[in-house]
Amino acid sequence: MSTESIAWPTTTAASPSFVDHLHKWVTTVDHKRLGILYIVYALIFLVIGGVEATVMRIQLIRPHNNFVSPQVFNRMFTMHGTTMIFFVAMPILFGFANYLIPLMIGARDMAFPRLNAFGFWMTAFGGLLLYFSLIGANGLYGAGNAPDVGWFAYAPLTSQTFSVGHSTDFWTLALLVSGFGSISTAVNIVATVLCMRCPGMTLAKMPLFAWLNLVMAGLVILAVSPLTAAQIMLLLDRYLGAHFFDTQAGGSAVIWMHFFWIFGHPEVYVLVLPAFAFASEIIPVFSRKAIFGYPVMVGATVAIGFISMSVWAHHMFTVGMGANANTFFVLSTMAIAVPTGIKIFNWLATMWGGKIEFKTPMLFCIAFLFQFLIAGLTGVMMSAAPFDWQLGNSYFVVAHFHYVIVGGILFTLFAAFYYWFPKMSGKMYSEILGKLHFWLFLIGFHLTFDFMHVPGLLGMPRRIYTYEPGRGWDSWNLIVTIGVFFQAAGILVFLGNLLWSYYRGKDAGSDPWDAWTLEWSTNSPPPAYNFASIPVIKSRRPLWDLKHPDDPDWKYE
Amino acid sequence: MSALIAAEAAIFTIFVVAYLFYVGKSLSGPTPREVLSPPFFYTFCLLSSSLTIHFASRSLRRWNVRRFGAWWLLTITLGAIFLYGTASEWHRLIYRDGLTISTNLFGTTYYSLVGLHGFHVVVGLVCLSTVMVFTLFGAVKQEHAEQIDVLSLYWHFVDAVWIVVFTVVYVIGR
Repeated sequence: MSTESIAWPTTTAASPSFVDHLHKWVTTVDHKRLGILYIVYALIFLVIGGVEATVMRIQLIRPHNNFVSPQVFNRMFTMHGTTMIFFVAMPILFGFANYLIPLMIGARDMAFPRLNAFGFWMTAFGGLLLYFSLIGANGLYGAGNAPDVGWFAYAPLTSQTFSVGHSTDFWTLALLVSGFGSISTAVNIVATVLCMRCPGMTLAKMPLFAWLNLVMAGLVILAVSPLTAAQIMLLLDRYLGAHFFDTQAGGSAVIWMHFFWIFGHPEVYVLVLPAFAFASEIIPVFSRKAIFGYPVMVGATVAIGFISMSVWAHHMFTVGMGANANTFFVLSTMAIAVPTGIKIFNWLATMWGGKIEFKTPMLFCIAFLFQFLIAGLTGVMMSAAPFDWQLGNSYFVVAHFHYVIVGGILFTLFAAFYYWFPKMSGKMYSEILGKLHFWLFLIGFHLTFDFMHVPGLLGMPRRIYTYEPGRGWDSWNLIVTIGVFFQAAGILVFLGNLLWSYYRGKDAGSDPWDAWTLEWSTNSPPPAYNFASIPVIKSRRPLWDLKHPDDPDWKYE
Repeated sequence: MSALIAAEAAIFTIFVVAYLFYVGKSLSGPTPREVLSPPFFYTFCLLSSSLTIHFASRSLRRWNVRRFGAWWLLTITLGAIFLYGTASEWHRLIYRDGLTISTNLFGTTYYSLVGLHGFHVVVGLVCLSTVMVFTLFGAVKQEHAEQIDVLSLYWHFVDAVWIVVFTVVYVIGR
């Protein structure tokens, strides 16, 4: 018997008053509570960002539409992008990492619980700061409220001349503040994974989830810091009259692009590595097979981490960097498709010959595999600089990165929600509502983002608030917008499912999926101390060893 | 701490890159050659403080809290002298040479890079002084050697960054 797992009965205290309850959540340093705070916070912002996207799509449903003014449209796409990246995707992924990593590596908490709370509240206040701009940014100028410079805020749009009032300041400060939060959480994740593993868990026996999040945290440290530096420079420019991005005084607008994308591209991998992490945990469990090629998966992850630091300027082919720089970034961008492709083949090989159970989490993961493949293919198309010169800044690009972020990341996130909901709440979700959510969202996703490629190929630029009829864009835009409503319906079903299951769901038990990693060895929801006695493991699938003492994994690894 | 230092190093890298990118691109004076002279004495102070903090933590590991306090105080003094050096240089630049952050690109990059480093020195001094106060009240013991080592790691980092900043600002940039 190599693994110990003692499940203590949970004690339920007399229901505390609302204030007590609130006080406990606000002052908590427990990684599970902070994880849930991150997730709930991000879900709220997901709805807000989704509404902003819907507003944009309604405006574009037909030519010469007057649903919102051009100014409001600019604010919508800026807020949508900023919200979705910084206040939905990152917090939600940090939330899962926070919740699951200590459980998966057999620890009682993160390495620095208070730093963890600090990170969450910095992120939370960053988000509030961004949305406070709706009230606060008017300033003395009566000039616009929410930020309207686009989510990558190219100079000179952000200079005092072109952005009067305080909207850009709110954008900068929100990102600066949440950036500090992200960095501290990343530091915490690195320290936790490296120092808090339970006895027997060598790096090579760690769940892939922990590996991928370790690399993700390393990327956050190296990628968010340049963003922080660039935001400090922007603030100096705006408040102290410095000239970093001021071309009038010899400064450079292009260097902002470089600094932003040095953050911006690794950021994509910051978001997608946790998505890979979900898939790497969920696909084996529902295929009833161990993950295929564990060492190669780890190697590919680290390779992605390294290469992703050297591909940023493929966002800047249209700037005119010169043939040498273009060639380098074309090649590095194509190179990153190799480790990513290895991962896709490994997941497929995991499924191959497995006894696949088509539960909701698995459905989302299968859809992820297809969609992420297509997203990768359009990515390789656009990594060719001449192709990018034609399609840069068009709806083709928008369709491509939404295929990555929605088709790849959001789909695995939904899978993760359904997979770990029983652990986090102790209740089972409704499989019927889950499948309804899956099909609605799948249809909506493909209506929207498949057809969005076409107007891009036909030359429709992004960020336009309306367009002329008769360019061949009309019906495509109509279909795209119709898809949005399917997605919105799917999200509503999803939220309804979460709430309904939380209050009315059946008890899930500690291990509803017959899974193999340590989080399923403790109660659902886990007690504050996670494990009554720290587990000792011998293989990558400790629970398999426990359930099959006659045929344990450690004999073969 | 190593992870935090990696993050800090990335921030400094961006500022250093910006400095190097803008060397010689100022449209108006004053230029670095006219106004900057390498602060050898203050650099010597800061770099030797790395040595003294090393001696301090070594004394602590050998149970010698009093000697630890003495080395620690010397470290703080050296750091403070360096900070005074930066302050007097800035004072001279602003009031004699009329160089501010908004004068030209040199001013912009110089003040932000040196200022960022100075900010880290200030943070370091605050942390060191906190430990000093605890030492005076007798709260620092041998079992704290590990925490002290972590703090001195940060201080070594601040010193190492100065070597880079010195090279960039006073050697390459001039």
